[in-house]
Amino acid sequence: MAILEVKDLTVNFGGLVAVNNFKLNLEKNELVGLIGPNGAGKTTVFNLLTGNHEPTSGEILLDGKSIVKKKPYHIVDMGIGRTFQNIRLFGNLTVLDNIKIAHNGSMDYTFLDGILRLPKYWKEESEANKECLALLSVFDLDGYAYTLASNLPYGQQRKLEIARALATKPKVLLLDEPAAGMNPQETSELMETIQSVKSTFDIAILLIEHDMNLVMGICERIICIDYGKIIAEGLPDEIKKNPEVIKAYLGE
Amino acid sequence: MKKSNQLVGLGFVIAFIAFVGISGLLFILALAKEPSVTYAYAGIVSCMLLMLVFSLAKKTSKTLKSYLNNAIAILIIIVIVYPLIAHNKSPELFPFLGGVSFKGYTTGIFILICINIVMATSLNFSTGFLGQLVLGHAGFMAIGAYTAALIANILFAAGLPIFFVIVLSLLAGGVLAALSGIIIGIPALRLRGDYLAIMTLAFAEIVRIIINNLNFTGGAQGLTGYASAQIMGLSKETFSLYVFFTMVICVAFLVLLARSRHGRAIISLRENEIAAESVGINSTKYKVTGFAISALVGGIGGGLFAFHMGFLQPSMFGFMKSVDILVMVVLGGMGSMTGSIVAAGVFTWLPELLRDFDEYRMVAYAVLLIVMMIVRPQGLLGVKEMSLSKMVRKIRAKLLKQSDGNLMEGGDE
Repeated sequence: MAILEVKDLTVNFGGLVAVNNFKLNLEKNELVGLIGPNGAGKTTVFNLLTGNHEPTSGEILLDGKSIVKKKPYHIVDMGIGRTFQNIRLFGNLTVLDNIKIAHNGSMDYTFLDGILRLPKYWKEESEANKECLALLSVFDLDGYAYTLASNLPYGQQRKLEIARALATKPKVLLLDEPAAGMNPQETSELMETIQSVKSTFDIAILLIEHDMNLVMGICERIICIDYGKIIAEGLPDEIKKNPEVIKAYLGE
Repeated sequence: MKKSNQLVGLGFVIAFIAFVGISGLLFILALAKEPSVTYAYAGIVSCMLLMLVFSLAKKTSKTLKSYLNNAIAILIIIVIVYPLIAHNKSPELFPFLGGVSFKGYTTGIFILICINIVMATSLNFSTGFLGQLVLGHAGFMAIGAYTAALIANILFAAGLPIFFVIVLSLLAGGVLAALSGIIIGIPALRLRGDYLAIMTLAFAEIVRIIINNLNFTGGAQGLTGYASAQIMGLSKETFSLYVFFTMVICVAFLVLLARSRHGRAIISLRENEIAAESVGINSTKYKVTGFAISALVGGIGGGLFAFHMGFLQPSMFGFMKSVDILVMVVLGGMGSMTGSIVAAGVFTWLPELLRDFDEYRMVAYAVLLIVMMIVRPQGLLGVKEMSLSKMVRKIRAKLLKQSDGNLMEGGDE
């Protein structure tokens, strides 16, 4: 059974149909790419999946449960993590704190435990520290644990955002243009990171990207949308040759 | 190996100096004719010694060390400041001071500084940590002050011991302020930035005008004759201890909260609300919580103010009061508790020193704010916190290097 199932998803902003009958079946441990020209509605699809927008019609099922009309933080708890096109880190906090905030859902000590520093606080905080540092070491960021997030180099900030999304223990990870602004070497590093994330954490990934090397290189399946509609879906090689995709997006 | 030996040696030196100093103090105290004070001091000092030993012991964990260091610092302030305060009232208790003491006026300023620290740190919690500009903190202060005053009246008439009267009415003031914080917080926190600031400003004015028009609050004439510290027969000197410890508890509460998972969630809302929601932070819940906690502590500060003043008037809690507190927070650095504490101290003391130029105070504030915003927009300390443990480590490292740089002065938190 598909872990994420999207049926006839449509959203209107005033008279504009931003997403029109979008369909998706994301299997467990699958990596799917979402491409299309600027303004095609890719990020809007992400915002619908994470609850930032409410769909006009359609259904989104995560593990068989509907997530339509749920609050963003509730959807995170149910298992969808995301990154942003323009990096949104907690800049004035340390790298470790960035991860620990995302780890909040896995801790459940109360206000009283926290203020009086009861044993539960110590136990959960030290566990969280350990887990978060382990997660950082997967991304080679453990050396930066006590650096302010805004002081990290650009490529590391991108990695940290992915790590932070993973700290919420998602079943589905949505990556919005992870390679934006990266040079070719950083991009190829990122490809390896995404591959290893997929296998280590055993999750499904949906990815928006304009870098065709990356998309064609790692995606198992690609969906191309234009004006909110799916115009093609298939394996990378099929997409490359699809006349509609070439016309709308890839170019001659 | 060599370095650790040096560390142990240093520990012994410190312990020795402390021992000599303290036994000297005990000897002088033994000369004093008030045994209870002597015993109390012996108790405090031996507590400090014990803490010092634990704090210097190698096996103690870093966190415990930092708690011990802070506790020692607080006790040191009490040991140094309290005799100065108490000496004025009863010089026979501390003969070794030889007439050096605070006047009642200075003690009053000490109390006001503590109250302002409570107000500034609590406002900093909503403005610097939660990131919502609040222009009506005096509103919460007013609610806390009037509630504490009215409740204290009832409790004192019922014959409760003074300690419980003060604690319970402070709590009542804080809780009512927190409730009003929740009630206006739920609609108000849907607004952002300037709009929220204006709404909180309006709230404070509404509170002031309501108090102005109610009968049981004394209206515009003010509330007098309630069970304030003076009327309950508490000397200024003893009351200053209540205020000091309430301040310590309030600041510790805010700092400890800020360093728990709830505090991190609140700070993440300041940093980036959309990102915070995308990692599962319930923004409404934590915003209202942060706002309510700020109001709670603000209300307690108001309660202390009521006990101290012995007279309440709605005009005390006008817009200027909110601005006074906000200036302390902004100049100290939004997001830095240490900054708020320092700024609250400076901006309570300075106006007292410059009493002669009272009319120009607001002009000076404006100029100072403009200069500050140009030179150092993040405030005195930015979001930095001063940590005693870090300082101890630094000083130790410096001493070990045998270099004599400027050692920073210690503070309380």
